[in-house]
Amino acid sequence: MAVLETKGLTKTFGEVEALKGVDLRVEKGEVFGFIGPNGAGKSTTIRVLLGIIRANSGEAKIFGQDVWKDAVDLHKKIAYVPGDVNLWPNLTGGQVIDYFISLRGAQVDQQRKLQLIERFQLDPTKKCGTYSKGNRQKVALVAAFAAEADFYILDEPTSGLDPLMERVFQQCVIEAKERGSSVLLSSHILSEVEKLCDHVAIIREGAIIESGSLTELRHLTRTHLYIETEASVDLSGELGVFEWKQEGDGFSFQVDSDSLSSVMTKVSEHGLLKVESAPPTLEDLFMRHYETGGENS
Amino acid sequence: MTNHWFGRVWPIALWQMKQDRVRIPVWIISFLIMTVTTATLFESLYPSAEDRMQLAHSVVNPAITALLGPAYGVDNYDVGAILAHQMLLLTAVVVAVMSILIVTRHTREDEEDGRAELISSLPVGRLSNVTSTLLVQLIVYITLSLFIGLVLVSINIPSITVEGSFLYGAALGVTGFLFAAVTAVMAQLSETARGTMGLSFAVMLTFYLIRAIGDVSYDPLSWFSPLGWMLESRVFVENNWWMILLMFAVAFLIAMIAMYLNAIRDVGAGLLPSKPGKPHASKWLKSPLGFTIRMQRTSIIAWTIGMFVFGATYGSVLVETDTYVAEIEIMAQMLGEDLGTGFELIEQFIVMLGAIISIVATIPMILSMYRLSKEEKNNRIEQVVATTLSRRKLIGSYLLTALIISVLIMASAAFGMALAGALTLDELAFSTAFNAIIVYLPATWVMIGLAALCVGLGKWKGLTWLYLGYAFIVIYLGGILEFPSWMKSLSPYELVPGLPVEEMNWSALFGLIMMTILLIVISLQLYANRDLKG
Ligand SMILES: Nc1ncnc2c1ncn2[C@@H]1O[C@H](COP(=O)(O)OP(=O)(O)OP(=O)(O)O)[C@@H](O)[C@H]1O
Ligand SMILES: [Mg+2]
Repeated sequence: MAVLETKGLTKTFGEVEALKGVDLRVEKGEVFGFIGPNGAGKSTTIRVLLGIIRANSGEAKIFGQDVWKDAVDLHKKIAYVPGDVNLWPNLTGGQVIDYFISLRGAQVDQQRKLQLIERFQLDPTKKCGTYSKGNRQKVALVAAFAAEADFYILDEPTSGLDPLMERVFQQCVIEAKERGSSVLLSSHILSEVEKLCDHVAIIREGAIIESGSLTELRHLTRTHLYIETEASVDLSGELGVFEWKQEGDGFSFQVDSDSLSSVMTKVSEHGLLKVESAPPTLEDLFMRHYETGGENS
Repeated sequence: MTNHWFGRVWPIALWQMKQDRVRIPVWIISFLIMTVTTATLFESLYPSAEDRMQLAHSVVNPAITALLGPAYGVDNYDVGAILAHQMLLLTAVVVAVMSILIVTRHTREDEEDGRAELISSLPVGRLSNVTSTLLVQLIVYITLSLFIGLVLVSINIPSITVEGSFLYGAALGVTGFLFAAVTAVMAQLSETARGTMGLSFAVMLTFYLIRAIGDVSYDPLSWFSPLGWMLESRVFVENNWWMILLMFAVAFLIAMIAMYLNAIRDVGAGLLPSKPGKPHASKWLKSPLGFTIRMQRTSIIAWTIGMFVFGATYGSVLVETDTYVAEIEIMAQMLGEDLGTGFELIEQFIVMLGAIISIVATIPMILSMYRLSKEEKNNRIEQVVATTLSRRKLIGSYLLTALIISVLIMASAAFGMALAGALTLDELAFSTAFNAIIVYLPATWVMIGLAALCVGLGKWKGLTWLYLGYAFIVIYLGGILEFPSWMKSLSPYELVPGLPVEEMNWSALFGLIMMTILLIVISLQLYANRDLKG
């Protein structure tokens, strides 16, 4: 059974169509990456999932329960970290952590909480008003991970953390996964997604435009090639070839992973002198979708 | 060298003035209006020397001395002396509040929000910000002093002399500047804007209390409070300018200290070590209701004390109802057509006071309810709603807090008025005055219900305030403007039986309670079913 399943979620804010039919499916025990450019609708989707806002149409279920109607019941199993953590300036970090944990209806495991505070190097005796953005985020992270949850919903949880703390966070996610929990992780950070996620969905302008396992997605990426041939060659019109460019004595271009073998056959007809290739990267895929809207150009 | 410390003081000062171009004029104009209206009111209230002597007798008592300071010139208690006695200290305290708020904004708040860091990366001097702030305050308070002097001279009351008028203004202005300097020092000590304000208000309160104790029981003690020095200027009676000069010199010295402290510390840091808070939440804080109450603790305490004083102030003037009503025609009209005499008149007055006090007491209740909207605006709600706390329980804990506040504040206002009234007026029973106020409780609940409705809707929050304003106008001006009775009955406060003049009417109160319950049910439903904004 899927932990999370949405079908055709839509949401409009006045004129703005923030979500135009979002389909997601997160399986038990997996870390699901949710990526997309600014304003794509990640936070909006997550707010729908938490019952903070109500979708105009479509269906969203977590553990088979409706995210709006059964919100309170569902929240017993969910831990949430918002992208922009706002706290009460006159309370200490420690007090806020305890408050959040008890609101989740969970027993505070003091040992585990202290351990997390230690790992994140948070000073729980300081007032939240004096915390930096990263420290406020740590408060929310400690509160989320200090009590076990079946499903973690994390909206850009590392945007304010330094690289060292990012690593601590990644360990926390891995530990949660090892316990059998599932994670929905919205992120802009490629390395984080590559390191943690089993599945990825890319959202853009309110719709999912790409979704699959990391290996599947790598298939969608392009290999960078540089070739030098005996006879002159022009493949710029060829299917699956992009950014054909003269460079020194040869040409550089990109090939869709699917068209690689057909293109290579073509090239070898012209007497291949030299070939250099760079492996496909997810970054290209990111960039492509972020910049051009992913119309599979 | 001077550039290193004071580069671009003037551009920063101009920038600050621009930011405050509305706020400061509003404050100054309020002070001018407050001063002129009270001065003219005293003139019309006590036209003859006999009236004033009578007043003099009633104000020479320890309670008034503690509250307002010693009465100078009681043997010739003219309008000038009355104004200085009744208004100077209280106005000065409000001026000090203005100072604390504005200076905190431009010093520690700028720093806390990171704006100061941005500024200090520009080619400005290290002390430029604090210097500009103090400079602007100096200009503001010189302006205030002069304007107060001018308007007092212009109303042309013989006993309000030209010299006294300007001294009155100067006393207020120098108090403002002194507290500007004090706040500037506190901004160096504390790490947060809240802390800065807290420390500054604590200093102000301490000065006020030292003076109160000194004036009542041991004169020399008042010399340890600048507020005591200010009163020692004996405006309109002896016109003691030396005190004002002394205050200015001390204020200047404090300003220097602020600059010195600013020079020896880092941007963003405070000189006082911020004391570590509690690393754990108490059991009380962990429950939603406990949390809600805890977040409002300070304002609950402040309003409870404030409303007690408010009630007590009115309670203590009940004795003089005759004078007020006889002298001021408007007052008589406010109370309606069939005026009684003697104790009957006092009872009519009590009814009106009950309504007015309960309307004022409604303000903190609405504010308390609206805190939930503020939480939403500050994006703190989504993390709370993402837990197992249901929305109905969430808004419910705010409703419950507002209801607790209503009982607390109304009881404290009623207690204040009944206590002061019963002590000064033999015929008045404590319970009569107490009930006259507490009976309005269900009307305030309707207002809480309305505020909850606006929170449930997530918009039109101004509506509750408009309605409260309407209720106030109906009561305050209803008699004068002769509103038709249907217009009056639109206000929940008008539906309450006016004890002790009218009979107790349980069904009216029951109706108000049903109304409240209806509003609450609707608001819970609305809140549970709408999108939250953050
Ligand atoms: N309450 C709201 N009212 C109006 N428009 C909104 C509201 N909330 C979100 N939007 C709009 O919906 C769209 C999606 O916003 P959302 O916050 O979901 O983006 P995001 O993917 O989380 O972006 P980011 O990476 O910047 O966090 C944006 O165009 C945003 O302006
Ligand atoms: Mg977002």
